[in-house]
Amino acid sequence: MQQTFRIGLVSQIPSGEGRVFDVNGMRLAVFHTRAGEIFATQAECPHRGGPLADGLVDAATVVCPLHDRAYDLRTGAGLGHECAIATYPVEVSDGAILLRK
Amino acid sequence: MPKQRLVVVGNGMAGARAVEEVLARGGADQFDITMFGAEPYGNYNRIMLSNILCGIQDTSEIFINPISWYEENNITLHVGAEVTDIDRASRKVRAANGVTVPYDVLLIATGSRAFIPPMQGLNGPDGKMKAGIFGFRTIDDCDGIIATAKTSAKAAVIGGGLLGLEAARGLLNHGCEVHVIHRGQHLMEAQLDAAAGAMLRTTMQKMGVQIHLEKNTEAVLGDAKVTGLTFKDGTSLACDMVVVSAGIRPNAEIGRSAGLTVERAIVVDNHMRSVDDMNIYVVGECAQHRGQVYGLVAPLWDQAKVFADHVTQANRDAAYHGSKLATKLKVMGVELASMGLTEPRDDFDEVVQFSEAHRGTYKKLIVRDGRLVGGILMGDISKAAYLMQAFDRDSPLPEERLSLLFDLGTPPQKVTLDEMPAEAQVCNCNGVTKGAIGACVTAGKRTPKAVMSATRAGMGCGSCKSLVGELVAWFCGGAVEEDPSIHYYVPAIPLTKPELVREIRERGLKSVSSVFRALAADGREDAPSKPALASLLITLWDDQYEDERDARFINDRVHGNIQKDGTFSVVPEMPGGVTTPAELMRIAQVAVKYDVPLVKLTGGQRIDLVGIPKDDLPYIWADLDMPAGWAWAKSYRTCKSCIGTDFCRFGLGDSMGLAKKIEGKFRGLDTPGKLKLATAGCPRNCSEAMVKDVGAVAIGDDKWEIYVGGAAGSHIRKGDVLCTVTGEDAVLHITARFIQWYREHAKYKERTHSFIERMGIDRVRAVIVDDSDNIGAALDAAIENSTQTVAPDPWRERNAPKTANQFVSVIPSEEESSVLS
Repeated sequence: MQQTFRIGLVSQIPSGEGRVFDVNGMRLAVFHTRAGEIFATQAECPHRGGPLADGLVDAATVVCPLHDRAYDLRTGAGLGHECAIATYPVEVSDGAILLRK
Repeated sequence: MPKQRLVVVGNGMAGARAVEEVLARGGADQFDITMFGAEPYGNYNRIMLSNILCGIQDTSEIFINPISWYEENNITLHVGAEVTDIDRASRKVRAANGVTVPYDVLLIATGSRAFIPPMQGLNGPDGKMKAGIFGFRTIDDCDGIIATAKTSAKAAVIGGGLLGLEAARGLLNHGCEVHVIHRGQHLMEAQLDAAAGAMLRTTMQKMGVQIHLEKNTEAVLGDAKVTGLTFKDGTSLACDMVVVSAGIRPNAEIGRSAGLTVERAIVVDNHMRSVDDMNIYVVGECAQHRGQVYGLVAPLWDQAKVFADHVTQANRDAAYHGSKLATKLKVMGVELASMGLTEPRDDFDEVVQFSEAHRGTYKKLIVRDGRLVGGILMGDISKAAYLMQAFDRDSPLPEERLSLLFDLGTPPQKVTLDEMPAEAQVCNCNGVTKGAIGACVTAGKRTPKAVMSATRAGMGCGSCKSLVGELVAWFCGGAVEEDPSIHYYVPAIPLTKPELVREIRERGLKSVSSVFRALAADGREDAPSKPALASLLITLWDDQYEDERDARFINDRVHGNIQKDGTFSVVPEMPGGVTTPAELMRIAQVAVKYDVPLVKLTGGQRIDLVGIPKDDLPYIWADLDMPAGWAWAKSYRTCKSCIGTDFCRFGLGDSMGLAKKIEGKFRGLDTPGKLKLATAGCPRNCSEAMVKDVGAVAIGDDKWEIYVGGAAGSHIRKGDVLCTVTGEDAVLHITARFIQWYREHAKYKERTHSFIERMGIDRVRAVIVDDSDNIGAALDAAIENSTQTVAPDPWRERNAPKTANQFVSVIPSEEESSVLS
């Protein structure tokens, strides 16, 4: 059965940055791109556990702050390396970020 | 035609490579492929295990094909599933997990395992190997060794071959006392002769590894866990762990139980096919070809190609004729190349030899009928590429034997590239030939970077990178297409720094996002380019710069240096390394109150509170009530000093006072790379001013020598004397002018030592001291404006965060109501 969780508000994340949210015990990195898109991924970089939400972000990429591993925010695929991250489908409704799973 | 079923038993380097070769020949249309691996992973580069043990790489970095590769190529992969049974009559394999799969063609690539020689007391009372004993063959072995080494004081490695020495090096890195126990008379008998082995032993002992030769292990001591070893000569050694690296044994049992001919390994014909069964092929370390079983990676690539050619019918005549064994390697930092014989066979074999034991250089060649049949190079392997090629091709050697060992006169490298045959292997890790690199260049990849990512050459151990670069240049026919992007200031915008500065000024671009919109392809932003652009815009616009925090690295968003666990460090300002009891007490109270995990004195004469969660930063700054030390930023960092004239009986200048003035002037100034300064009260240089980005050294009579471009970090360089000036104001003036010129002309993250070498000290001196370009006044005015308008202490943001949740590490979920449906 599909459930919808309310993660938080878009306004809780500055434009072009990420923040970590705790969703019923699960930590997610949620990104708010300058283009206004919202992406959610696992919080830690699979390489050495770096905090992805603290990474540099552009339209569709996040770069881990610890060792510069880059990931595609849409697919979770590593860019130029073999690690990959989990991504979660999110949508925005009335300024709220919703996660469906 | 229906597809045939190809089943591969073994998912190691050989199995996966063989499948890659099949796919490269369009095999996906001919075969449904199923692979079985006994280990619970995708396939990985076993050669790199020693790097994992040494902590140079981590496990994720040695995987060759991720699980997704199998999916993309429609390969059914069973991991953690050892094949236990091959039924040749009904053509089926059965795995330990119960899976049974039929095959039309079977490939056995089960490789080999660590050989554990018989020893008394090897097993504990439960019949399993005692805790603390390991092979050194798999990721799991590696993980076990690393975990145990952390709590072990003393480790023994049984076996003084290549792998044993790699294991010893790794254990040394984990802080163990390491003993290598070797049965033979010298180390690495397969690759070295006695003289080279003795030299290697000396080198290793200097590094702290104890070597015991001609020692046979008799028994393992300890009940459930290892406590020591005893030897056949009656001696013993106490130790907490043992790594056994006494050779490998082919995993050939599966062949024997299936009724195939097995001697040392499964016997194959020239098509890599079992001599007993047309439908079964064998490659890698479990295959025996013409009496030879190979344990190196290069023969495996050749075998995989022959198998693929034959099985896909790309070439039914493809045949393997054996490999000549030559290898290049690095043991404990010692470079080695070895090929063929290590000793002459008879009096007719000619030996060409050079030995310089003191410097660890040894070269020995064995020549038969004017051709190279064996060689050892240690310490200096500059001739290895040429010699290995001569060995492999059996080509005639020049009469002038000395030139085999040394490059006399001009280096013959270019000639070697010309002579190098297309099939010569350049990258041994990934099996890439000169021909493959040439094809790649012809296909339009005309930079080393592009060729390396397309062919994977140079992406293994990396030792062939420079050769790959030379070959790319060679194939480009002299008209080397330089990767133009290396000249761009940032990768996303195809402009050099001066071009970019001109565009930014002309268009009045004051924020990073506006630069992307105006100058990047399709206006697209690029994450890695952001901090470099922010740094440049601050330099150009000072207080008119429009700060966008998303353009800054995390350190510059929260004003601390990020640590490996995502916490931050807090370093308050402490000019010249001078503090007060009151400050020390405040720092101590903060450390206690916030339970700071580590209080560390830094190299810049300051105090670092390390391991602070993001959430505590504002509170700690408030309690410290000291200005930020900018220890996180690409900016002016600090100026350390010696005691100078206040107390020192040698002091010639007030170094502490000058350091304070310098810090007062440049505090918080953004620069292309970090700037670490120092002042010294006399040429004794106690504050190490001669190896700082800028250093001022008092030489008496109010005179100061100014050093620039010094470094004592990952790069070590003594600074160049820029000039000698009179008075502290003159020091500040010249320092400021130099810093501004550096800000305007350096690449992002280019430290002053590289900048000075790129510009040349004479040019720097002309511009800064003699004002040869007539820009002195402009530089002075620019730096004056920058230092006057520098951003206020960023730790003030504790009271007024710049962005939403700036100092919140986790935003909590909203109660139960967060579940909507």
